[in-house]
Amino acid sequence: MEKNLMKGNEALAEAAMRAGCKCFFGYPITPQTELAAYMAKNMHKNGGVFLQAESEIAAINMVLGAASTGVRAMTSSSSPGISLKSEGISYIAGSDLPCVIINVERGGPGLGGIQPSQADYWQATKGLGHGDFHLLVFAPASVQEMVDMVVKAFNKADEYRMPAMILADGLLGQMMEPVSFPEIAVEMPDKSSWAANGHKNKRAHHIINSLYLTPEELEKTVVDRYAKYDIIKGKETDAELYLTDDADIVVCAFGATARVVKSAVNEAREQGIKVGMFRPKTLWPFPEKEVQKACANASKVLSVEMSMGQMIDDIKLALSCAKPVEFFGRTGGVIPTPAEVLEKIKAMGGNN
Amino acid sequence: MHKVTVITGHYGSGKSNISANLALEGAQNGENVTVVDLDIVNPYFRTADLKDFFGEKGIELIAPSYANTNLDIPALNFDLGLIAAKEDVHLIVDVGGDDDGAVALGRFAQQLKDCGNLEMLYVVNRFRYMTREPYEAQELMYKIENASHLKHTGIVNNSNLGEETTKEIVESSLEYAKELSQKVGLPVAFNTAPDYLGLEDRRFKNVKVLIKPIWAKDI
Repeated sequence: MEKNLMKGNEALAEAAMRAGCKCFFGYPITPQTELAAYMAKNMHKNGGVFLQAESEIAAINMVLGAASTGVRAMTSSSSPGISLKSEGISYIAGSDLPCVIINVERGGPGLGGIQPSQADYWQATKGLGHGDFHLLVFAPASVQEMVDMVVKAFNKADEYRMPAMILADGLLGQMMEPVSFPEIAVEMPDKSSWAANGHKNKRAHHIINSLYLTPEELEKTVVDRYAKYDIIKGKETDAELYLTDDADIVVCAFGATARVVKSAVNEAREQGIKVGMFRPKTLWPFPEKEVQKACANASKVLSVEMSMGQMIDDIKLALSCAKPVEFFGRTGGVIPTPAEVLEKIKAMGGNN
Repeated sequence: MHKVTVITGHYGSGKSNISANLALEGAQNGENVTVVDLDIVNPYFRTADLKDFFGEKGIELIAPSYANTNLDIPALNFDLGLIAAKEDVHLIVDVGGDDDGAVALGRFAQQLKDCGNLEMLYVVNRFRYMTREPYEAQELMYKIENASHLKHTGIVNNSNLGEETTKEIVESSLEYAKELSQKVGLPVAFNTAPDYLGLEDRRFKNVKVLIKPIWAKDI
């Protein structure tokens, strides 16, 4: 299979089309614009729909409508745009609809900036909208992984009837890497029990709704949904453990930051420092068992993020605060360098 | 020597890296080189990233003042026409991707033609989507000419697969470049190979990989 050299944003779009995405609704924002531009040029060639909505809010509600009919639908944006979509995402989760949402993060809060960031970790994993609900959150660290995770996100979203998010960042969206597209046999699950795609007077109405008239009824839907979340927590976590077996210090990082950390870890190893890396590939559910395994022999843990420190909370919870967890990060669109991470590793006493 | 070299191409074809290599080559030959970053469409991975490197090599860099800032504003705060008219300067203009990026060039087309010694090179990479086939590369080349009001004078075959580039990869692109050259009636100015392959092959110009992500740089 011949490879292509692609930008992360383009690869996300191509992968979505190959995964059977038939409807894309979006609104332009840097640094994810190439994704929508690629969809605009190519979606119609596959019999799909590209529509530039009048706003992010309109776009996510179009996703709600399309997903209600059972087709694979997607939207993409960057941080401020995702905040605008949050109401619609909550409605989608409350209606048990599958869809894929892509966030190519930039610096915040507010309008923030256009350079890369990971400061939407809390938003994606803890509170992307009102109410009790979760999204599946995937964190790719390479352009190839962006392709693989988009396909997985569509499949898992359908399997569990819930929204899935690819949490990327501007660096991944803009960088180019060689990528191949595995032959994807699109297997659409049977959605005939719930999709609102025309009853033709042959069956009862299917109602897509997130409003319940009694609190007891609403409570039951939420509790049932949480039972599903427990199954997902048991089955769907994924992580990369790199040189952690004998590591005295384990550095945790996701997405593009993990690439920076890997360079620092390799350099530290050359200098004889016993350090390894833990990289979650799913942020919700957070790979708790995997981080426990990675840190089993470590005396210290470090979280490196392009934020003021958000994932560090999940690491501390997973480790029950049994080990000291330190933090190093840059924010506002500044990317930490391998040299800075190496310096922090040394400062933690990683010299044995 | 008074010369203007304009570098165009598809997003991600390697325009900035080619511009930087030509600038380096010029500086090493004793030329007075000025590089203009005319990219108003791409937020990251651009010529302006090489500011310090150019400074060390005595290459002047002129970039939009908002390059690599948080202002996503397609504005140019310099007059390319005036810069191009300077005697004794080899001016290298790194244009933004596709016909969208080439729009910024159109405004200066007449002044660039007036300088008398203008070459305009179209950079292609057959491993980039949408220019995989010669006819696709041809179509984009003419779109860029329409947007910029300028005609290309040559093709740079910069086919590569990033870190996975091999001798076989670059060799497999020669036929593609030749076919494009015949279709559009322009010469292949040069074919490139990354210098780390260590090719001693007259068919290729060895180029340095200067634009790369932060983790691929030396600690």
